[in-house]
Amino acid sequence: MSEKKKKSFEQDITGDGINSIKKVVETHNAASDGAIKYVLIGVCVVFLFVMLVLPLAVVAVNALKEGWAAYREAVSDEYTIKAFKLTLIAMVTATVVNTIFGIFASYLLSKFYFRGRELLASLIDIPLSISPVIAGLVFILTFGNIGWMGDFLKSHDIKIVFAVPGVILATIFVTFPFVFREIFPVMNAQGKEEEEAASLMGAGGFTIFLRITFPHMKWALLYGVILCAARAMGEFGAVSVISGHLRGKTNTLPLHVEILYNEFNTTAAFAVSSILVLLALLILAARNIVEWKAETKQKQT
Amino acid sequence: MYVEMRHINKTFDGFRASDDVNFGIERGQLAALLGPSGSGKTTILRMIAGLDKPDSGDILIDETRVNDLPGSKRGIGFVFQNYALFRYMTVEENIAFGLKVQKKSRQEITYRVEELLELISMKDLGRRYPHQLSGGQRQRVAFARALAPSPQLLLLDEPFAAIDAKVRRELRTWLKDMIDRVKITSIFVTHDQEEAMEVAGTIILTNQGRIEQIGTPEEICKNPKTEFVADFIDVKLGTGHF
Ligand SMILES: Nc1ncnc2c1ncn2[C@@H]1O[C@H](COP(=O)(O)OP(=O)(O)OP(=O)(O)O)[C@@H](O)[C@H]1O
Ligand SMILES: [Mg+2]
Repeated sequence: MSEKKKKSFEQDITGDGINSIKKVVETHNAASDGAIKYVLIGVCVVFLFVMLVLPLAVVAVNALKEGWAAYREAVSDEYTIKAFKLTLIAMVTATVVNTIFGIFASYLLSKFYFRGRELLASLIDIPLSISPVIAGLVFILTFGNIGWMGDFLKSHDIKIVFAVPGVILATIFVTFPFVFREIFPVMNAQGKEEEEAASLMGAGGFTIFLRITFPHMKWALLYGVILCAARAMGEFGAVSVISGHLRGKTNTLPLHVEILYNEFNTTAAFAVSSILVLLALLILAARNIVEWKAETKQKQT
Repeated sequence: MYVEMRHINKTFDGFRASDDVNFGIERGQLAALLGPSGSGKTTILRMIAGLDKPDSGDILIDETRVNDLPGSKRGIGFVFQNYALFRYMTVEENIAFGLKVQKKSRQEITYRVEELLELISMKDLGRRYPHQLSGGQRQRVAFARALAPSPQLLLLDEPFAAIDAKVRRELRTWLKDMIDRVKITSIFVTHDQEEAMEVAGTIILTNQGRIEQIGTPEEICKNPKTEFVADFIDVKLGTGHF
């Protein structure tokens, strides 16, 4: 009896992550008195304004400072478009790879028990605690000319460092925990009994995944994918180290912004930034839609 | 013997969950695996179902050794402790799942689902999702789902554990009636000896991975073979719900 209770409680705190903010607000409403509430609201609004709204406004204003024509020129510049394409490529590749990896990893860790399970789970979190710059350096030391795979790669004419594969690798590295972290708690809370029940009825692995496991983690997965894409798009540190800043070759949008800015080409730098901001807003919208959908779904279950 | 365990051993990371387990159950019997928590009841049930593999020993169902047969080929229905209903499927879909996997015809599936819904007196609730049901109703759905593919053997892990005491007694009688009606060999796990006495024809008493005694409720009550059995029955009766 008590075990059952504990289980449903765990399910609440893990499987309900998306909705947790609602609960906090509800309990707070009941207990709060007016003054504190308005002071806190004030602090939050000022903070968000200074940290978020102001910088975004600055981006917009500066990007359009010299008028539409200059903006259009900066945005449609050859190198900007190349950087945009590379950013998209890195973002899509990293997201796809990490989605597949995240699903496999959390399926493995939530449905099977083996020695070293916890160790593996914490290894996956490493990119979150390691500085991206160091991640970039590690790749240079591994795949670069002086690195321990350098000779092998050179003799096979494979270029990773200071080339597109390096940029993609670094992006994948930095973003690989994101999908996993979103779906693992959900899959873990579900346990493995539903899968076992289905397998006893003769369902194959793929049917089980599709009919039992996947419906359960669908929203968390989508959420993780979005977070992963957002992070991949904005990645600077690791990519900066490994890319070598080759304009038109290995430059992503964030790197391109930095180059333009260092060249005192402020308008162009802000114009290119505005592309990133727009993409970020799109992702934010997608995120909110997913959250909202997941919430209505959760109410049903 | 319909189900037979012969010299079954099973360890988890060096811990003996089953220690030379031997027992047999005749066809059509309703047997209870009774014992304190951690005594290896679930482990035994899972090995019969093929969800866990014994380290050594033979499992026989209907005179054939099934150790290397996957669980889905053993003709078993399994009711999990927390029912493990498919939460994104309706009651009907839950019951139909096993039949669909077996690629039965649509007509046959509809007919069988209807029949089972009627059996568990839930005809009007077929379109509901598991979270829209009470604990007792969920238990009945789990029972129907396990029976749908017409298994030869029904295994139930603590079928009443998640249900409060009042309803539990009703369900107990209900389950016994149902099993009598469909005439299926059944083994259910419980740590409540009152429950075992009331429902089961045969009781298999487990303790620390070993089988302490097998017999009818009367035999075990009148002739406890070991001190543990005497204690377990006594203590439980003393503090029981009578
Ligand atoms: N997958 C596992 N890994 C490690 N140890 C396990 C595993 N499954 C069971 N055990 C151990 O084996 C012993 C028997 O477990 P089992 O679940 O069979 O007990 P039980 O009689 O069903 O108990 P309960 O009434 O509490 O359900 C327990 O001590 C348990 O800790
Ligand atoms: Mg158990």
